[in-house]
Amino acid sequence: MCLAIPGKVLSINREEVPMMGKVVFGGIEKQVCFDLLPEASVDDYVVVHVGFAISKMDEQEAAQVFEYLKTMEDMRELEDDKPV
Amino acid sequence: MKNEPITLSCPIPISDYKNVLLAHGGGGKLTKQLIETMFVSQFENEHLSPLHDGAIINTKGGRLAFTTDSYVVNPLFFPGGDIGKLAVHGTVNDLAMCGATPLYLSAAFIIEEGFPMEELWKIVCSMSDAAKEAGVTIITGDTKVVDRGKGDKLFITTSGIGEIRTEVNIHPARAKAGDVIILSGAIGMHGIAIMSVREGLEFSSPILSDTAPLNELVAEMLGVCSDIHVLRDPTRGGVATVLNEIASSAHVGVIIYEENIHVSQEVQGACELLGLDPLYIANEGKLIAIVPAEHSENILATMKQHPYGKDSVIIGEIVSEHPEMVVMRSKIGGNRIVDMLSGEQLPRIC
Amino acid sequence: MKFIDEYRNGDTAKQFAEAIAAITTRSWTIMEICGGQTHAIVKYGIEDLLPTQINLVHGPGCPVCVTPVEMIEKAIVIAERPEVIFTSFGDMLRVPGAEKDLLTVKARGGNVRIVYSPLDAVKIALQHPEKHVVFFAVGFETTAPANAMAVREAHRLGLNNFSILCSHVLVPPAIEAILSSPMNMVQGFLAAGHVCTIMGYEEYLPLAERYKVPIVVTGFEPVDILQGIYMTVKQLEEERCEVENQYARTVRREGNIVAQQLLAEIFQVSDRAWRGIGIIPKSGYSINPKYEQFDAEKRFQLNHITAAESESCIAGLVLQGIKKPHECSEFGKRCTPEHPLGAPMVSSEGACAAYYHYKRHQIATQ
Repeated sequence: MCLAIPGKVLSINREEVPMMGKVVFGGIEKQVCFDLLPEASVDDYVVVHVGFAISKMDEQEAAQVFEYLKTMEDMRELEDDKPV
Repeated sequence: MKNEPITLSCPIPISDYKNVLLAHGGGGKLTKQLIETMFVSQFENEHLSPLHDGAIINTKGGRLAFTTDSYVVNPLFFPGGDIGKLAVHGTVNDLAMCGATPLYLSAAFIIEEGFPMEELWKIVCSMSDAAKEAGVTIITGDTKVVDRGKGDKLFITTSGIGEIRTEVNIHPARAKAGDVIILSGAIGMHGIAIMSVREGLEFSSPILSDTAPLNELVAEMLGVCSDIHVLRDPTRGGVATVLNEIASSAHVGVIIYEENIHVSQEVQGACELLGLDPLYIANEGKLIAIVPAEHSENILATMKQHPYGKDSVIIGEIVSEHPEMVVMRSKIGGNRIVDMLSGEQLPRIC
Repeated sequence: MKFIDEYRNGDTAKQFAEAIAAITTRSWTIMEICGGQTHAIVKYGIEDLLPTQINLVHGPGCPVCVTPVEMIEKAIVIAERPEVIFTSFGDMLRVPGAEKDLLTVKARGGNVRIVYSPLDAVKIALQHPEKHVVFFAVGFETTAPANAMAVREAHRLGLNNFSILCSHVLVPPAIEAILSSPMNMVQGFLAAGHVCTIMGYEEYLPLAERYKVPIVVTGFEPVDILQGIYMTVKQLEEERCEVENQYARTVRREGNIVAQQLLAEIFQVSDRAWRGIGIIPKSGYSINPKYEQFDAEKRFQLNHITAAESESCIAGLVLQGIKKPHECSEFGKRCTPEHPLGAPMVSSEGACAAYYHYKRHQIATQ
């Protein structure tokens, strides 16, 4: 609990039951089941656990981690500038 | 089905195995235990005890290296090679890891009844080509056929003999504090190539096994420095296992740097997906050299000139601290112990 | 690899580590309950980057470690039957039962196979109508929907030679059990990011409020874990006790509704035994009676199997963060990864195995 890694959706076969598609993980393509994430589309990044797509990657939130760092740094600089 | 309740008591240590497990062939601690308690204890002799890739024998004419290996790989044909190619390269490389010039091989075949002649022909031709490239001759052999169901299609055993120059002295116990560790290229390719067939993984650009004969590369390395201390090829059990074995033989510590160890994107992707650590995955065309620090840059430059060493890199050093322990500095600056595996590495979900 | 490599960046990690050091004014004990997070902490040596006042405890986040001995025994009994093909994730194969593990069963001729996805087990059942295929369905909420899909698919295909041995556990009741224990020392939690991907994080709000602990939903890469620790320490230093979401790129507050609906269809919440801890009420899934033909425990009538835990194994105290692995008298002596006395030494994510592989030489040189 829980090895899940992000990959890019290459194709989805919506007619297939269960719904299967191809996802690429840094050069490896694997068949993934999309029944738990029917709203996924081609070119989305999805998180895959034991052969199932379980979530879509939110690219804006992904950048947030690095924005947070920047905010922290700015706040520290403000602290440093404050008169003692 | 029994009717009375089954009450079971606390777990007993499970190192006392009544049967041989696949894990005993994994190259990790269980393999070591099997070899030491079964084979070494019975066959006990000075040639065997270093437990290096080959044995070194003194004859009136000089020193010889002698080695043997069995090949049971499944599937027989995989991206980048086949069992035949592997059988030649593997034994040639074991001789090279003793610092020897490989000369002659034997080849013994155990074939399962019903095995297609056409496939056997392909494998034999592959062996012949591999032997020519490596500059060795297959001079003797044996063939057995077993009943259908009693042998997994084909097993090949090759033994090999090579000559060692007088000034060369390669032995796992020679690693000493201050030595530099060189790795000849990216890791994990062979193991993942095999697994890709087994697990039905597809690749945008397929991963090929890195199986290759390393004797020429080694000859060039010894040409610029005859005092190389240790050579090992990280096959079954991977780089982690080899470094642990050397640390143990020489009673030294090892430090390696994750940043310097190259793993291709495809191999990384496969490892992430399956939950495997590339440090423990088999390589069939790579070597680790442990060399005196003052010669390391020279040896590295020479290796990079050779096609099978072009991606060589220094990955760490031998230290006197934490003897018999291999420590890796991670990309983010923390440390972890790189231990021996207990058995096989199993894919995980967790 | 995108969305992985940038979260392993050394400089970013160091920046978060420095930030943690800058705000830490006293000792804090933080627990993570996720085998995947334990694995990352050990693999990257994250504890080396933290100030010594931060005490990271590995909780019962490894489904391997918390699967009761009797469940392993049931798995072994089933796997030894000649008509069965027993399928499982790799993690479970080396967990010791009373005398042996599933790997030993395989060595002795049992048809035991590792699968990557539960759907692969269903495929095997389709390909082998003459055999009964059992899938060892362990895991937390992350894996439960996939296992539920296997049951749904088997039902859709009308298979009568497939069943699952269900040993699912849920995280929030485990957190509650830890927090309500009089011996509890945990002051903040990193919640398992992928569990929350499925379930969302609303269930944690009442826990944070009732027990006054910060809970931060955290991812699995070193940068994620360091940011999660930073956010937890910040809350502790500011005396807040809220639920925050560090892993927002994957986790939504409501979770994956489709997966939750499937779970409600196939499973029902039930009491579960946790190895080393005992029974925690409403802390696991069992199969909905509507699908009982896919319940291996019922198919094979295994209710009479019981097993006792090792008396010297203190897994329960370790899993609850009350003792550290090296405080166990057997640690590194009678109990090592080669001959484990209990599950936390078997799985590479188990607290004891993690300590053994990572901290051994530090402890020896102290």
